Amino acid sequence: MEVTISTAELLTTDGIPLKQSLRKAERRNKLRAFLLVFPLLLFIIVTFVMPIGDMLLRSVDDSQINSVFPNTFDEYKNWDKGADELPPEEVYKSLFFELANGDKRQIGKALTRMNYAKSGWKSLIKKTTREIKKIIKKGEEPVSYKDTFIKINKLWGDPTYWYSFNQMVNDRSSIYYWNALDRTFDEDGEVVLQDEKRRMYVKTWLRTFKVSIYVTIFCLILGFPVAHLLANLPLRYSNLLMIFVLLPFWTSLLVRTTAWIVMLQQNGVINGILVWLGVISDDGRIQMVYNEAGTLIAMTQILLPFMILPLYSVMRVIPKSHMRAAQNLGAKPAMAFWRVYLPQTIPGISAGGLLVFVLAIGYFITPELVGGKDGKLIGSWIAYHLKTTLNWGLCAALGGILLGIMLIFYWLYNKIVGIDNIKLG
Amino acid sequence: MALPSYATPVQRTYYYFYLFFCTVVFFFLIAPLFAIIPISFSVSPFMVFTEGMLAWPPDPEAWSIRWYKNMIGDCSADVVSSTVPCSTKWMVGTVNSFYIGIIATVIATALGTLAALGLSRPHMPYKGLIMAILISPMIVPLIITAAGMFFFYARINLVYTFTGVILAHVALATPFVVITVTATLVGFDMNMVKAAQSLGAKPMRTFFKVIMPLILPGIISGALFAFITSFDEVVIVMFMASIDQLTIPKQMWAGIRQEISPVILCMATCLVLLSIFLLTTVELLRRRSEKLRGIKAR
Repeated sequence: MEVTISTAELLTTDGIPLKQSLRKAERRNKLRAFLLVFPLLLFIIVTFVMPIGDMLLRSVDDSQINSVFPNTFDEYKNWDKGADELPPEEVYKSLFFELANGDKRQIGKALTRMNYAKSGWKSLIKKTTREIKKIIKKGEEPVSYKDTFIKINKLWGDPTYWYSFNQMVNDRSSIYYWNALDRTFDEDGEVVLQDEKRRMYVKTWLRTFKVSIYVTIFCLILGFPVAHLLANLPLRYSNLLMIFVLLPFWTSLLVRTTAWIVMLQQNGVINGILVWLGVISDDGRIQMVYNEAGTLIAMTQILLPFMILPLYSVMRVIPKSHMRAAQNLGAKPAMAFWRVYLPQTIPGISAGGLLVFVLAIGYFITPELVGGKDGKLIGSWIAYHLKTTLNWGLCAALGGILLGIMLIFYWLYNKIVGIDNIKLG
Repeated sequence: MALPSYATPVQRTYYYFYLFFCTVVFFFLIAPLFAIIPISFSVSPFMVFTEGMLAWPPDPEAWSIRWYKNMIGDCSADVVSSTVPCSTKWMVGTVNSFYIGIIATVIATALGTLAALGLSRPHMPYKGLIMAILISPMIVPLIITAAGMFFFYARINLVYTFTGVILAHVALATPFVVITVTATLVGFDMNMVKAAQSLGAKPMRTFFKVIMPLILPGIISGALFAFITSFDEVVIVMFMASIDQLTIPKQMWAGIRQEISPVILCMATCLVLLSIFLLTTVELLRRRSEKLRGIKAR
C-alpha cells in the first residue's frame, strides 16, 4: 500500500487518515472473529445459559400461589397478629370466594405449595371447597364467613395454619433455599430448624462434601505414584501404559458403574477371590456395594484419570536433574523428594484435586446406582424432587446452591490453573 | 528409570514397593472393565463367575452367547429365561442412540469448529468471557443442567421429544469440539492463510483447501469426543425423553435399577470395544496432527 506523507498526519491513498483506516480494519477483523463465534454463542445462551437462569429464577419464585389467592393474601397482610388470635372476617370472606370461583388446576398447584409450608393444608382445603360449593348451590349467604369455615372444619380456628401463610405472602421468597438447608420460617417469619424428621438435606450436603474430600484424597494417593511413573518412563513405555488411564476415561460411565457392581456385590468377583483365598468365610461375605463404601470405591476409580492427567503433564516437565542435584548436595532421597520434587508438583496437585473435587460434588449417576440408601449424594435429591415429588422450587434451590459451590471452586481453579488450559486426552 | 546399581537395600525395597503399588493402581483402573467380558458369555442369568466357568478343563456347558442373542432381540426358545425379559428394546435403544449421537455430533462439530476458528483469531474481543460461556456446559454438573433444561424446555414444549434431547446434547458436546479444535489451531501458521489469499483464493476456498486439511485431525477428534458425550449421556435422556424413547444408556440404567440382567454386560462389552476403537482413533489422529504441524512428540 502506498502511503503519502503529509505534514499533519499519515493518510492512505484514499485520503483517509491512516489511524482511522487501521482502526476500521481492526474493527472489521474483530467483527469477523465475533461472527464466527456468534452462532455457537447464541446457541449456548439459548439452550444452556437461559435454562440455568430460568432455574435460578424458579428457585426464588413464589408467585403462583399469590395469583390464585390474590385478595386473601392482600387481606391477610392487614391482620394484626398481636391483637386478634384469628385473621379478620375479610380474610375468610375472600378465601371463600376465591375457593369457590378459582380454577381447579391452579388451586391444585397452590395446594401442593401450601402443603410444603404446613402439611395438612391440602386435605383441609379440598374438604372445605366441597362444602363451600354446597353452600353456594343452596344459595345461602353466610352471616359470618369465619364461623362458617370453623363449622366446616375446626382446623380453621387453629392459628398455626394461618401462620404458615406468612412464608407465602411474597412473590419472591427465599424459603426454598432455607428448606434446602433444613430450615423453615416460623409464624413470625424467623428462620428456624425443621422438625426432626424433616431434616435430611444438611446430612446429605455433609455426606456429599465428605465423600468428595475422601475421593479427592484417594485419587491423590493412588494417582501420584502412577503419574510419577508415567512421567519418568521412556515415552514409548509411558504411551503404552497411558492406555490404562485413558481407556476408562473413554468408557461409558454406566459401563464402569456396572462393572463395579459386578466386582463388589456379595457373590461378586472380589468377594469370590477373598473366599477362595480363605480370607473370609463363605457366609462372611462383605457388603461392599449399595452403601457409602461402594460409592467411594467406584467414584475413586472413575475420577482417577482426572487426577493423573494434570499431575502427569506437570511432572513431565520437572527436570530429573533436580532430584540428583539435591541428593548430590547431601539430601537423603526422602528429603530431596519432600523439599525439591513435591513443591514443584503443587500446580498439578491443585489442578487435579480441584477438578476431582468439583466433579465429585456434582456426581449423580454412580452414587445413585451403587450408593444404596446411605451413599447417595445431593444430586439424588435434585433428581428426586424433579421427577417424583415435583417440588421444583426446592429442586431449583438445591441446584442453585450446588451451582454456587461449583462456581467458587472453578473460580479458584481458574485463578490457579486457568480455565482455558483444560486439555483432553 | 531403573534403579542405580549403588542403591541401598532400603531404597531397593522402596523402589519395588513403588512399582508394585503402581501395578495395583493400573489393575484397579482397568480390571473392572475386563472382568465383565467373560461374565457376559456365561450361561447363568446371574452376573457372576459360575463354578463351571472357573473349572479346569473349561466346561463348554457353562459358556454361551444366549445373552448376546437376547440383546439383538432374538427371543427363540434356547435364549429365553424365566428371569430375564427378552425384547427388542436394546436394538431400539441402539438405533436411537446412534440417531441422536450422529445428528448432535454433526451440529456440534460445525458450530464448535466455527467458534474455535473465531476464538483463535488474534482480534477476538472478550475472549475470556466468551470461552467461559462456551465451555460452561462441560463444567456445570449434569444433574443441574438436566433440571434447568427440563424446566425451560417444558415451557416451550420440547420435553419428551428427540429435538429437545438433541439440542441438549449439542450444548453438552460443543465444549469438547471447541477445546480440541482450539488446541489444534495453537501453532497454526497464519502465513499459510495469507499466502492462499495473496494467490487469489476466496475465504471459503482458503478454508476448505488450506485450513481444513491441516486441522482435520483436531476436528475429527473433537467430533469423536462429541459423539461419545452424546452416546454415553443418560441424565438428560432420563428427564427429557419420553418412556418409549429409549437409548442404550437409558436401557442400561433401567437394567441396573430394576432387572439385573446379564444382557447389560453384553452391551457393556460392546461399549468397551467401541471405546477401545475410539481411543485408538483419537491417539492416531493426535500423532498425525502433530506430524502435520511439525511438532515433535513430547
